[in-house]
This record gives sequence, structure tokens and C-alpha cells, in this order.
Amino acid sequence: MDWPALLLSLELAGATIAVLLPAGIWLGRALAWRQFRGKALVESLLALPLILPPTVLGFYLLVAMGGASGLGRAYSAMTGRTLTFSFEGLLVASVVFNVPFAVQPIQRAFEAVAPEVREAALVCGMSRWRLLRRIEIPLAWPGILSAAVLMFAHTLGEFGVVLMVGGNIPGETRTIAIAIYDRVQAFDTGAAGVMSAILLFVSLGAITLSYLTASRFGGLRRG
Amino acid sequence: MRAGTLLLLLALVFRGVGAAAGPPIVAAASDLQFALADVVAAFREQTGHEVKTVFGSSGHLFRQIEQGAPFELFFSADEDYVRRLAQGGRTVDAGAVYAIGRIGLFVPHGSTLKADGRLDDLRRALDEGRVTKFAIANPDHAPYGIRAREALQHAGLWRRLEPRLVFGENVSQAAQFAATGGAQGGIIAYSLAKAPPVAALGRFALIPEDWHQPLRQRVVLLRGAGDVAAAFYRFVQGANARAVFRAFGFETPEPLRPGRAPGGR
Repeated sequence: MDWPALLLSLELAGATIAVLLPAGIWLGRALAWRQFRGKALVESLLALPLILPPTVLGFYLLVAMGGASGLGRAYSAMTGRTLTFSFEGLLVASVVFNVPFAVQPIQRAFEAVAPEVREAALVCGMSRWRLLRRIEIPLAWPGILSAAVLMFAHTLGEFGVVLMVGGNIPGETRTIAIAIYDRVQAFDTGAAGVMSAILLFVSLGAITLSYLTASRFGGLRRG
Repeated sequence: MRAGTLLLLLALVFRGVGAAAGPPIVAAASDLQFALADVVAAFREQTGHEVKTVFGSSGHLFRQIEQGAPFELFFSADEDYVRRLAQGGRTVDAGAVYAIGRIGLFVPHGSTLKADGRLDDLRRALDEGRVTKFAIANPDHAPYGIRAREALQHAGLWRRLEPRLVFGENVSQAAQFAATGGAQGGIIAYSLAKAPPVAALGRFALIPEDWHQPLRQRVVLLRGAGDVAAAFYRFVQGANARAVFRAFGFETPEPLRPGRAPGGR
């Protein structure tokens, strides 16, 4: 059992959620209520990581962050470390492949907030910031929670992108999904079995939680 | 979005502070999967220092080092990769040969094949249709795959066997396929076949060593390596480490080059 790998995965999932959740709320809300030219294209681009093969995503990220790229060079000059094969690079990758999991549930949730409620609050003189905090986010909360749960589970499970961008570096980029692959190659079936079971239960728990919040969400709207 | 950027920066700063000066990370060819664990344990016992290991095909690790992976030491199953890194200025020096590897035929228990190192049974098995899958490491980037191909070519079996080959990412995965993946056999590293978890799964026979180019394996300190990595570099060339390598079926070079005295500090 590779505990550091599990810890690293949890850390990566936490950091991804911390970065992507505020961005997801902003994006999801904007997409739910605003109409603009090219909206379908923006939505398609944001959904792309869902259907893109992980190797394709991994390849482009590797090219974008590698030592030959502007981003890779700028990061090396600033920190003396490379972006590929580092936790930071993995975080960038994780944020990219989690975008649809963050935006879509949140967008659906904001879409379900009745416009009359917002209008009433505005008419009563509520500021926009207060409106967001006191009315909109509480109403969209199940969608936001669902996004966080999905991001968490997806980050723990992602394999292809992580292997291509991160390699398999203990304490840095060896996530639990990579550690399972690594242990199988080392004929360590016991450890691979334990870690697989952990991921199985975490994933099942995440999906269950996501369904539970979805049904509660429906109940709230009816009530 | 601004909040997201801020959090990203915070996360990076937090990691940067936390990640300073851990144990050195050693990149090693997969044939060392078991042997190096023993060497690391002996090093830990003697010096109290920890070393982290990453295994893969030498070709993959070579590419990762070129792309800036944070390894401090590189054990390559093919010394040519070390030579190329040295030419590219990524190493401290030219490194040192630490072992010469051997390959052989591994057949899992219950296979239709016999463990015959001269591959006569494999030839008959091809004639009789007893082979549907045969595992070797990927000859594009795994030294053991390249040597397996040479041996099969020497035996005149490569073309006939090729459609039935399954490629492991590295020799350890090839061994995994040969031992448990439904293949009738495979050509794997002697050092893996000697390890108890693999040995328990089947039988092994060495392929004559003059059927392929030698698997001269070289270890090298990479630029920017720290003191612990340097100490481990000396340790793997010492008598204790060489005894471990020999126990796993490697030949070790003799004599050691001057200035690289066994034992280390």
C-alpha cells in the first residue's frame, strides 16, 4: 500500500477544487444566464476534456508545458524547476481535465434558479454581491457540491494525462492511480488490490453523494 | 477567475516551501525492480539515508531526463542512453558500468511451452500452433526488448513470431504478461526471473549470451545531484551492492575503475 501516493492524490484533488471551484461558479453562472455570440462554441470547448482521449490531452499539455514551450521556459526561469514532472504541472493538467466536471453541474444549478427570485431581490435593493452570496449560491449549492465531488473523484482516478505529463515520480506526481499501475508491474498484487479497492469505494461514494444531492436539489425546488 | 489565480499561486507557494530537500529520486531500468530494492535497503542500513526509486524502460526514462525530470541518478540497461545524456551535458561524468544483464525464456506454469533456452521448443511450438501470445519488452525503447528481438532474429524466429508478440512498456511489464497475462511465455530479464514473486509463477532458461549484443548497464549521476545521491552512486559500485547484483543473476564488471573505490564513505 502506497500511502504517500494516496496523500498526493488527495492533495491534488484538494488543490484542483480550490482553484477550479471559484472559476467554475463564475463560468457556470455566466453561461447559465447570459446569451452571447459563440456561446455554443464556448460550451463545446469547456466540455471537450470529457470526450477527448486522455493521451491527446496529455500530449498537448506536455507540448504546452515542456521545456521548449514559452510557459515551460518561463516557469523554469522563475522557479528553477520544470513544470512537467512536477506537482505544479500536474495541478495545471488536473485543472484542465476537470473543467467540464466543474462547469456543467454548476451551470445546470444556476439555470434552475428562478429569475423572479433574483429580480425580487434586486427590486428590494439587495446589492449584487449580497445577492450572489445570500440567494444565488445557496440555491445553486447542490450543483456546486456535486461539481466538487465529481472533481474529487475524477482527479483521484485520472491516469493517462497524469502518466504523460507527470511521469511516475514518488511524492511529486505518483498519484494513487499511477501507483496501482506501478505495483502491478512490480508483481505486488496485494498493494495493487488494496489501492484499487480504495479507489472503488471512493468512486462509489462520490457518485452516490452526487446522486443524493441531485435528488435533494429536486426536492428543494419543489418545496 | 481572479480568486482562482490567487489560489493557484498560493497552492504553488505552499508546495514550494513544503517540497524542499526530500530523499533523492533514482530512475532505474525495470530489470532492477527487485535487485535495487535490496541495494537501497542495504544503503539505508549502512548510512541511514533514504532513496526513492522510479522504474521504467531505459528509453522512457532517458526521454524524461531530457525533458527535465527531477532524477539524480540513472541506471540504464543500455549504456548508450547514458552516453547520449553525457554528450548532452546532463550528467556529472560518463558514469560507470555496474552490471551486465542476461535474458532468457520464461514460461508460466501450465504453459504449452517448455523452458528451453535454445528456443528449439519455441520453434516446434510455432510449427504446431502452440503459441498464440508471446511477451517481450517494447523494442522501440526498452533495451531488453531490443536484445530479445536480436535473440529471436538469431534463432530465425522473429518473423514468424512477430504477429503473436505482445509488447510490455518495459521488461517488468513483459514479465508480468509472460507470467500472468495469458501469454504462453516471453523473453525477460534473468534478474526478474530470479526474484521470488516471479520465480514462483513459472520456469526460466537462459538464452545463450552470444545470440545478442551484451546488456551493458551503466549508472550515472545527473547534473544537480546532491550528496546522498553521490553517496548512493559510490555505494552501488561497492562490494555489498555487487554481491546483490550477482545474486540476481547479473555479471558485475571487474575490476572497478580507479577512484571509485568500493564501500563509499
